[in-house]
Amino acid sequence: MAEIRLQGVRKTYDKLEVVHGVDVAIADGEFIVIVGPSGCGKSTVLRMIAGLEQISDGEIAIAGKRVNEVEPKDRNIAMVFQNYALYPHMTVYENMSYGLRIRRMPPAEIRGRVERAAKILELSSLLERRPRELSGGQRQRVAMGRAIVREPAAFLFDEPLSNLDAKLRVQMRLEIQKLHRELRTTSIFVTHDQVEAMTLADRMIVMNAGIVEQIGRPIHVYEDPASLFVAGFIGSPAMNFLSGKRKGDEVEIAGTAMRVPLPAALRAGAPEAIVVGIRPEHLVQGSAGAPVFRFRVDTVEALGADSHVHGALGEATLVARVEGHVTPDVGTQLEFSAMPDKLYFFDTATGKRLRA
Amino acid sequence: MVENRPWLDALAHAILILGVVIVAFPLYVTFVASTLTYDQIVNVPMPLLPGDQLIENYSHVLRSGSEKGSSAPVSTMLLNSVVMAAGVAIGKIAISIISAFAIVYFRFPLRKFFFWMIFVTLMLPIEVRIIPTFKVASDLHLLDTYQGLILPLIASATATFLFRQFFLTIPDELAEAARMDGASPMRFFWDVVLPLSKTNMAALFVILFILGWNQYLWPLLITSREEMYTVVIGIKRMIAGGDATSEWNLIMATAMLALLPPALVVVLMQKWFVKGLVETEK
Repeated sequence: MAEIRLQGVRKTYDKLEVVHGVDVAIADGEFIVIVGPSGCGKSTVLRMIAGLEQISDGEIAIAGKRVNEVEPKDRNIAMVFQNYALYPHMTVYENMSYGLRIRRMPPAEIRGRVERAAKILELSSLLERRPRELSGGQRQRVAMGRAIVREPAAFLFDEPLSNLDAKLRVQMRLEIQKLHRELRTTSIFVTHDQVEAMTLADRMIVMNAGIVEQIGRPIHVYEDPASLFVAGFIGSPAMNFLSGKRKGDEVEIAGTAMRVPLPAALRAGAPEAIVVGIRPEHLVQGSAGAPVFRFRVDTVEALGADSHVHGALGEATLVARVEGHVTPDVGTQLEFSAMPDKLYFFDTATGKRLRA
Repeated sequence: MVENRPWLDALAHAILILGVVIVAFPLYVTFVASTLTYDQIVNVPMPLLPGDQLIENYSHVLRSGSEKGSSAPVSTMLLNSVVMAAGVAIGKIAISIISAFAIVYFRFPLRKFFFWMIFVTLMLPIEVRIIPTFKVASDLHLLDTYQGLILPLIASATATFLFRQFFLTIPDELAEAARMDGASPMRFFWDVVLPLSKTNMAALFVILFILGWNQYLWPLLITSREEMYTVVIGIKRMIAGGDATSEWNLIMATAMLALLPPALVVVLMQKWFVKGLVETEK
């Protein structure tokens, strides 16, 4: 168990910088999820922590010790790979014990540790099988078992659930949660799936194009996104964005006559071009609230528990989340309103949230 | 097909049987000839039913070859051939798997260059470099030795290339997982790469064994003493030149004997051979 500290960590390939400085201190026992679209550098950060990639600049410390120059095997960490990376010719038992055998641990202790891990992961009856005789979920559990038996300072997960089907993914997500509650080992989990990020993380790091956009507790990131990117990436369906121009103390939405009042606290120093954001679930049918969004229904996705109503407002498309029994006909005009405190304002030029 | 047409079946079988007969007939004649006496074999036409000299002919060549040509015992030649073919096959596999491992898993200066150097030698058959090779072998006193028979043939660009292609299909994560598990590169090689290459190695062994067994030009050059002849050379030497008569019954017996070991290797390793060519254990 250990805390992990990243300080100004950068990664450069030849002249191309792909990670532009990551600073984060991960507490002992914390579950951190790094989330972002593909190519944002999240896996590179994880691989630098693992030691599989050189650190171009900055410092990574595990348990207070700088590890930049330390070989992966000496960093006391274990990694779970997306494609499991099980040794195909070894049985489950051999797969899980391989790292321990290399470290010349006494056989009795190896057996003990593997059996303990197998019990936690419900693999006890599969120890003599080979990976190809296992299902995807079982392979994933073996990969986790291989990490657990090492009793490392930290677990690194590199998109471990992406190769599983939707149902298994939910199940494994819960198992990872349970596992972390039991073991309380520092974990860093990389994913592009915001649901995994929201459900698993103690804190999440949202990355985009090699830059850390925001670090925080999932619910905090959701309620208080720091930038357009974070606001659009976290939450499903994604937040609606309406670009507009500042007209005095109001924002005029492009392509409409609609005006949204700018909160008093944001007026000073607000830029000309502003994006107004509103989450689909904060759009309430009717005209009771302050800004009223009037749009024609293009598509309705009825999901049972709720329905997503898609429409166009000026140049932007808008999604509203309504209750499942509400299924308006395509082509009807609907009115939605939102509480003023549920509106987000962003600077179009910088993508940053406008703050008081 | 699933169609059931008796006459079509019969026709297909007839064609196939005809094919088998055409392919197998020379072999059969060889076998028959190896069971006849010298007098029977020079008769025209030669009898097409096996004679009664099977044991005599075979034990004669195994003990003392053919007096009219080379009288070296074929048993020694067979042993020489087995040593050479197995040596070449095992050596080629050992060397090429290690070079392929280096080329795929290590980043060193001029890596690409070395790979292409190896690749280019694919295009140079033994015959092209035979004179310098012979000079080197003779300077190293390798004439008439097993080392001389084996060493010059032991590097294989083909095998290196095949192993490289196979290693490239092993997911990178496997190497990374081994690194995280604390395996050194050679440990990874022994524990992961080698077991995964088993079927490929078996398939290559079969191919390379037969290749080594059938070597003609190189053994012809490097061996001058009868005890070092391989069986392929032995057959050639048994055929007396000029006006002298060759003991064809004995030569045919030797040919049959020379056929056995490669056939045996193929039959015994067939399961692995096919596996290696069609599937990978991943």
